[in-house]
Amino acid sequence: MVETKSSKTHKDKAKAVAAKPAVFGEDIDLDSYVNSAEEQPPQVTPSKLPARDKKRMLEAGIILDEPGQRAGTFIQMDNAPIHSSVRQEGVEVMAVSQALEKYDWLSDYWWQTVAVDTDKYTANIELNQHNGYFIRTLPGYKIIYPVQTCLYLAKARLAQNAHNIIIAEENSELHIITGCTTASDEEAGLHLGVSEFYIKKGAKVTFTMIHNWNPEVAVRPRTGVIIEENGLFLSNYVLTKPVRSLQMYPTARCVGENAVARFNSILVATPGSSLDVGSRVILDAKGAKTEIISRAITTGGSIIARGYIEGNAPDVKGHLECRGLILTGGGTMHAIPELKGTLAGIDLSHEAAVGKIAEEEVEYLMARGLTRSEATATIVRGFLRVDIEGLPPLLSDELQRAIEASEKDLM
Amino acid sequence: MEDVALSIEQLTVEVEGREILHNINLRMKPGETHALFGPNGSGKTTLLMAIMGFPKYKVTRGKIIFKGQDITKLPLDERARLGIGMSFQRPPVVRGVKTRDMVAACLRGQKQEERINQLAEKTNLADFLDREINYGFSGGEIKRSELMQLLAQRPTLALIDEPESGVDLVNIALIGELLNSLLEKDCPILERRCMGLIITHTGHILDYVNARTGYVMHDGVIGCEGDPHEILATIREKGYQECIQCFLRRAPSG
Repeated sequence: MVETKSSKTHKDKAKAVAAKPAVFGEDIDLDSYVNSAEEQPPQVTPSKLPARDKKRMLEAGIILDEPGQRAGTFIQMDNAPIHSSVRQEGVEVMAVSQALEKYDWLSDYWWQTVAVDTDKYTANIELNQHNGYFIRTLPGYKIIYPVQTCLYLAKARLAQNAHNIIIAEENSELHIITGCTTASDEEAGLHLGVSEFYIKKGAKVTFTMIHNWNPEVAVRPRTGVIIEENGLFLSNYVLTKPVRSLQMYPTARCVGENAVARFNSILVATPGSSLDVGSRVILDAKGAKTEIISRAITTGGSIIARGYIEGNAPDVKGHLECRGLILTGGGTMHAIPELKGTLAGIDLSHEAAVGKIAEEEVEYLMARGLTRSEATATIVRGFLRVDIEGLPPLLSDELQRAIEASEKDLM
Repeated sequence: MEDVALSIEQLTVEVEGREILHNINLRMKPGETHALFGPNGSGKTTLLMAIMGFPKYKVTRGKIIFKGQDITKLPLDERARLGIGMSFQRPPVVRGVKTRDMVAACLRGQKQEERINQLAEKTNLADFLDREINYGFSGGEIKRSELMQLLAQRPTLALIDEPESGVDLVNIALIGELLNSLLEKDCPILERRCMGLIITHTGHILDYVNARTGYVMHDGVIGCEGDPHEILATIREKGYQECIQCFLRRAPSG
């Protein structure tokens, strides 16, 4: 159990909203899940985890055998951190409970970017058994390989509670790949995660998250990001596998001059999946910039793709792009792009499009000799391809592989 | 080698229930290039689309014989694989699909990377390979990209829709050169196998590409057939109206 100096105030606030539904998404009945799981034994050598678990983790981008191209690893199984390790100087990776014991000051970062009383899910994390990861880069250190983190849901009907803190100290660089997945293909479960990012002056963080759930799992991540002067936060989110219900709307706040936030989301809703996913950026400092890109495909599930950019400072610039493709009937796609400006001299724009694959495009490719299904696959592959500026080639390739792995399921 | 490689016989085509082409006849021998003239809306593009096999262009009568095979009912992609290729006048933008992907599709399994780069060099499109196909391309860039794809595809029959439209004078020479390369104009006549059917509204491209036969289309029929340079001279001197009048005098029944 995680304790902080201000635990009591947080707990009181949490208790007050224990039944408060979220603004968006289906209201999940928390009583149908259990909040505690057995302690899991620590695993010094994660490559010794059962092959089955390793395979599931690998599908979410987590490499446990020969993790040569990882700067560190953190694994939480249910609510227990079972492994954390670091392979490079200048970065700290540990369970957040351990970090709170080690650093007094860490409580100042606790529930600062996400309010504990946001909704019943944030409350549930605070009030019940939970843990999470703490990742911090020291000032000036550029971590070449990504740190990988895995939140693994093993116990059926568990509400997995995670509270993560990520701090990139001044002028440091950090890449994170996080894979969230479940042991079972069919057991129900609930994943609740708070992630708080602090990007200090001149720091750069890329955060690549691959979700790999099952058709019975509900997911409610809550993410807040604060970006200081000349800082950069780049988020890439990929969900191409079935999930029962996912709702998230991470919020990044550019508080320092020329801070940059970029969000890319690749979403596929299979039949029975219900996704409500957005990205929100508040541009509060001069010259801050953002770009939000979402590509969504439904093969029968429902998707609400949201986006919100708010400009409150001079010379800020933001662009929002939501594109949705309905591949088969029965699915719905709802794009909700929003822009808000509060002063002159800002530059915000959006484009949104929802539709099917244009027959004219398919025929154009067929005229080059591709069969109809080859032509369709090429167009879908192109649709899901987002060229991500600032992502190291290694991560870019891994991301592309994760997306390509899902393409055959779409056809 | 067969004497006639493309034979269009009494072809009637309708689009969305409306008859556009009436009773078209056209024959091409291996290695020949023919030019199609005609005012806007005369049916030139429809003829090319029908030969290529786009589903919207329905053949209601007549047939298309290509390399001795009746392809009238053959689907679009099978015709492409059989050796028919098309340079579109206004091809669609396909977001996310790169120019490189299109050229690779045209090469179908051949050794690719080096060949793609060569073709891009030749068409002056090296900087366009990693751009989304046709997205923000100028008129000339579209034409060169279309020809690059055809050079990769190497069709026996190249259907070229207005290669000069929207192209400046510098580019038109390059386009002419690419067309000649595509149509194997550097090969001795008897060894050429690639045929070209080129739509030209202005005729400028004929300064660069030598065509053997020309046709004037009007209102969905081929009104006259002859030496393309002679036809072009008449059109330039007297306009399409005169061609049409001449045709109507000869065929009063329509």
